[in-house]
Amino acid sequence: MTYLGMPPPVRGTGHLRGRQPFPVAARRALADAQLRHNLGNATQTIRAKRARVVAELPDWEALRDAGQAIKAEAIAHLDSYLEQLETNVTLRGGTVHWARDAGEACQIVTGLVSATGASEVVKVKSLVTDEIALNEALAAARITAVETDLAELIVQLGHDWPSHILVPAIHRNRAEIREIFLREMDGVDPGLTDEPAALAEAARLYLRRRFLSARVGISGANFAIAETGTLCVVESEGNGRMCLTLPQTLITVMGIEKVLPTWQDLEVFLQLLPRSATGERMNPYTSMWTGVTPGDGPQEFHLVLLDNGRTTALADPVGRQALHCIRCSACLNVCPVYERTGGHAYGSVYPGPIGAVLSPQLTGIEANASLPYASSLCGACFEVCPVKIDIPSILVHLRGQHVEAARERRRPPSPEAITMAAASWAMSRPDRFAAAQRASGLGRVLGRGGRVRRLPPPLAAWTRARDAPAPPERTFRQWWRDEHGDPP
Amino acid sequence: MSSVRIALFVTCLADTLFPDVGKATVTLLERLGHQVTFPAAQTCCGQMHINTGYQRDALPLVRNYVAAFEDCEVIVAPSASCVGSVRHQHAMVARQFGDEQLAQRAQAVADRTFELSELLVDVLGVEDVGAYYPHRVTYHPTCHSLRLLGLRDRPLRLLRSVEGLELAELPDAESCCGFGGTFALKNADVSTAMLADKMRNVLGTGAYGCTAADSSCLMHIGGGLSRLHTGVATVHIAEILASTRDGHVPK
Repeated sequence: MTYLGMPPPVRGTGHLRGRQPFPVAARRALADAQLRHNLGNATQTIRAKRARVVAELPDWEALRDAGQAIKAEAIAHLDSYLEQLETNVTLRGGTVHWARDAGEACQIVTGLVSATGASEVVKVKSLVTDEIALNEALAAARITAVETDLAELIVQLGHDWPSHILVPAIHRNRAEIREIFLREMDGVDPGLTDEPAALAEAARLYLRRRFLSARVGISGANFAIAETGTLCVVESEGNGRMCLTLPQTLITVMGIEKVLPTWQDLEVFLQLLPRSATGERMNPYTSMWTGVTPGDGPQEFHLVLLDNGRTTALADPVGRQALHCIRCSACLNVCPVYERTGGHAYGSVYPGPIGAVLSPQLTGIEANASLPYASSLCGACFEVCPVKIDIPSILVHLRGQHVEAARERRRPPSPEAITMAAASWAMSRPDRFAAAQRASGLGRVLGRGGRVRRLPPPLAAWTRARDAPAPPERTFRQWWRDEHGDPP
Repeated sequence: MSSVRIALFVTCLADTLFPDVGKATVTLLERLGHQVTFPAAQTCCGQMHINTGYQRDALPLVRNYVAAFEDCEVIVAPSASCVGSVRHQHAMVARQFGDEQLAQRAQAVADRTFELSELLVDVLGVEDVGAYYPHRVTYHPTCHSLRLLGLRDRPLRLLRSVEGLELAELPDAESCCGFGGTFALKNADVSTAMLADKMRNVLGTGAYGCTAADSSCLMHIGGGLSRLHTGVATVHIAEILASTRDGHVPK
């Protein structure tokens, strides 16, 4: 609902939509044997690890309920928790900035880096800075951004794009990574092998020099605590700890939905996140900082709070659940669609089931209309989500929004809309339905041996790979009437 | 257990394309001593409309379902997916268009609507239905059996009690077959990739046939198996449970 004087809804900009609709982009991915092999192996390994460590906890379901309840509370009172966060960060010596969209956020960060005079920044793995295309904005201002997470570094050196929330280079295997390092990494040992330890060592040597010389670090945030003003980043490699402690200036970009009310809430999320994400009981590094501590760590701290479509999602009572996401990626790892297409087909930094409900809400549904349909609604995502986001229901809800928007906009209606309306008309009364069944019984002429091998559009896509059953001689309804007579 | 009067919601798909599934459900329940009725006003639950985004067009179908079954005490459908839609979507669709009264009536009817294995195990309290089916069979737990209705091992308990039936375990059973309603058309390529893996697993069991609680998923799996001339059958769980040594489903 829009009232006079209300600002228009914020549309998310940045890397949130692809150039091609999902089915087209998916087709290319499906044909890539190396990608299919890498993804199949990786998702099944993580899936099994997650299942093992989740099964260890007798109170897992209670933890999920708690996670869901805390997120619902935070999102229901987002305005006051964000102001509380701002107050507490400011009190402890930090500076808070508010960004309406990707462009504003990039402008703020670029301005802050430029003011320090630094020409290079080190980055902690961060989805939100990918979302706003920060590296490109920094490059345009002649500032080099160095990704320090191993997988992000692989992606960056490969002039590539992340394909997974947590494992951005999941589509690459070690032979491909070795090639990328040999081709792109300054000062790499030309005798580099594709042993994981050797690849990691090459990255360490390369990154160590950057950590030690960096004057500015840039991060995202996993959580922000309103009552204390504390920011939290969890990671596995220690590169984050380096970026968060060594530079003089730290800039954190955070989606506004990441705020949690209290310090104690971390108890729940620090159990849910690592088990759901990497299948670990505890992540190796948990860094927390509150404003600026004189003489210890960065002496200048900026927090950029990003909307970029989140307040628009917040206005939708069904869709806003997507803002509960803690970016664990468990839903990607169990999704049968993601497992086969990988992340690039989704065209957004947020791929997989959560991406299919989040990206269209951030950009507006019409800019991302194919994503809500990129799911068979199998429900595996909902089953593993640590904060119980009912992704299948949101997908159905967004499909409804898309259809309603098209209904208002399009005259004449699409062939699909006409078919659906006709089916609704025919099936809303049994006499009409019986007549339609008699007509479809004519389809028997298409069948040989009870099977139809080719159907006309819109069903032609079915028979490209699957036979269809030929209609039987009698429908059930006819059989029943023949056996039992007409109903009284 | 005394005789129960059970209204059959045959589903539009079984009615039109798989009448043997409906006949098997009738045969089975009557053999167990219950009375089956077929409310003639029934058509379709509207799931395809709802899940494709045409909730507005589904509203008349929800209204029709409620009117057709409102007077029935116990309703059964040989489909986990259609029961899932009745139970989890009908009231929601009614509310979406501001019809609170319909929503409440829909929920009341939904609470009396059961999937076949739920009806047998939970309501009628039977696991051994006296069936005979001398074949090696593998069971695919459809997504809506597994995750929307939470049928757990009810269908397996019924199948394990069937005389002559050899149950072959399906690897990666809980993975979706790729049907997903209009997903199979809108994302036909991804759907086919999922189907390929499901077929590989079914074929690997060496089973005579694959069974499930949903004609729709079986139509998908069966359509693939048929296209490749694998010679492996798909058979609805109702058809297995209805089979006996001397009698089977009427044609």
